[in-house]
Amino acid sequence: MSEGSAISIQELVVDYGTRRALGPVSFDVAPREVFALLGPNGGGKTTLFRVLTTAFPATGGRAEIRGHDVMRAPDAVRRELGVVFQSPSLDAKLSVRENLWHAGHLYGLSGRALATRIDEVLALVTLSDRGADTVEHLSGGQRRRVELAKGLLHRPALLLLDEPSTGLDPGARRDLWRQLLELRDQTGVTILLTTHILDEAERCDRVGILDRGRLVALDSPAALKRSIRGEVVTVEGDEPVTLRERILARFGGEATVLHNSIRIERPDGAAFVAELMRAFPDDIRAVTVGQPTLEDVFIHVTGRGLWETEQAAAQEGSA
Amino acid sequence: MSGVWLPAWTLLVRELTHFVRQRHRILGTIGTPLVFWVLIGSGLSGSFKPASMGPGSASHGMSYLEYFFPGTLVLILLFTAVFSTISIIEDRRAGFLQAVLVAPVPRSAVVLGKVLGGTAVAVLQGIMVLGLGPLGGIHLTIGSALLALVVVMITAFQLTSLGFLIAWRMETTTGFHAIMNLFLIPLWLLSGALFPASGASPWLKTVMMVNPLSYAMGALRAALYPAQSVADLCVPPFGLSMAVTVAATAALFGAGVVMARRTSWAHS
Repeated sequence: MSEGSAISIQELVVDYGTRRALGPVSFDVAPREVFALLGPNGGGKTTLFRVLTTAFPATGGRAEIRGHDVMRAPDAVRRELGVVFQSPSLDAKLSVRENLWHAGHLYGLSGRALATRIDEVLALVTLSDRGADTVEHLSGGQRRRVELAKGLLHRPALLLLDEPSTGLDPGARRDLWRQLLELRDQTGVTILLTTHILDEAERCDRVGILDRGRLVALDSPAALKRSIRGEVVTVEGDEPVTLRERILARFGGEATVLHNSIRIERPDGAAFVAELMRAFPDDIRAVTVGQPTLEDVFIHVTGRGLWETEQAAAQEGSA
Repeated sequence: MSGVWLPAWTLLVRELTHFVRQRHRILGTIGTPLVFWVLIGSGLSGSFKPASMGPGSASHGMSYLEYFFPGTLVLILLFTAVFSTISIIEDRRAGFLQAVLVAPVPRSAVVLGKVLGGTAVAVLQGIMVLGLGPLGGIHLTIGSALLALVVVMITAFQLTSLGFLIAWRMETTTGFHAIMNLFLIPLWLLSGALFPASGASPWLKTVMMVNPLSYAMGALRAALYPAQSVADLCVPPFGLSMAVTVAATAALFGAGVVMARRTSWAHS
């Protein structure tokens, strides 16, 4: 166990009946860090989230929040955590202030101290003028910000957010992120969030990629992208599967077919494109060369695209 | 462990706020039983001649409207208890409960807050309906009304605890409605709400005797008629009724706390 970690996870395992949903997974999150768990739905990130919030028991291993074991000392853990669930936890029939007032009581705040604190968190999420509004009359983005305010009421050392920008339009998502990062800078709170949105993971200090219950990569977004040497060449053709085989036969290396196009990692993308065009002038419709993205990292470590993995998970779920 | 009272109180206040904002709930919980009371009470008044309440007994001449009044009151408590605990299922589905359960709050406080909230709403409605007693021919004194109120409070707490016990593990409200029709309504039917045990067949008499709600019903009748003997009212002695009612209430509430602690959500 590393001393002083905000979160410390060792060999954590969660089974749902006979099915292994998570693990074994080990990693640490440092204080003040903004940490993303990236992965497809069904990859295990919500399961890990539930264990960290003391909402679900782990099957094996350990998870500690600021030195408190989530299984043995859930009450101590709960006091350290501000939690924003994916599903809305606000009472839609009550006003914003009433929601925060009840939440404050659940965390042992009351009276004038609570009233002052409610003013502060509402200002923090720029909703000072909406306190009296009934939650059901707020927009999705505003509700999300109230959830955030609610999670911050008791000045938690750690903020855990499950898919925080679900249902938000791009503008609202940007606002939420600006506020999260400001919050970290101002209060020193540690933030762990789950996401399947690449753009969101890009903004974090470190990203852990969870796939099929395993942590398959863990580093800063920049380092993760550097792990893919060179550039990513994407080739579009009429028959991507046969074209891939022909490219491999000619140039060797590795190539994957994804979204009906062929994806190839090369140290020198531009030079490779020239060779490629000379070799298969009639079979290629379009070629692009790009810097690796986190999606490329995901494909690199799992052999599959994030989106395709989600589709498969959705089909499995509905079957 | 943080305090029990602050979180319990806040959950109770939330319940009352909901009640005040959703006034249509009153229609369902008070309206239906009152319609039953007037229709069944008036309809059966001519044919209601209970064996034990024959000529000479003090309750002779009690109309069915009057006999059915305490039963109606308990039905209102039952409906309110069901309405307020069914919201647990909605709270769980909507996500509100999830947030409560990851707060540093003892499970007992969650159960207490929810049950007290339902009880408070039920008692408020109970008071409104108790005020209608004289229309049914019940002579209320301050003493009898206060004693009846105490019984109403305990019974409301008991029924809300029972509702909590059913709702906690339930995933859909449909399931709760099935239990309501198959279990809760018969429980009420066989509590002496509709007919006294004296005229019932032996097996029914036995069922009524082991039904804890019969004792709440008996306590309420005894409280409303302080001048009459329990034999005339055809109910168990008041002390026994209260003892059984309090014991059943404590057992149901305790079971609710134990269950809330045991579920996967709770390991504290």
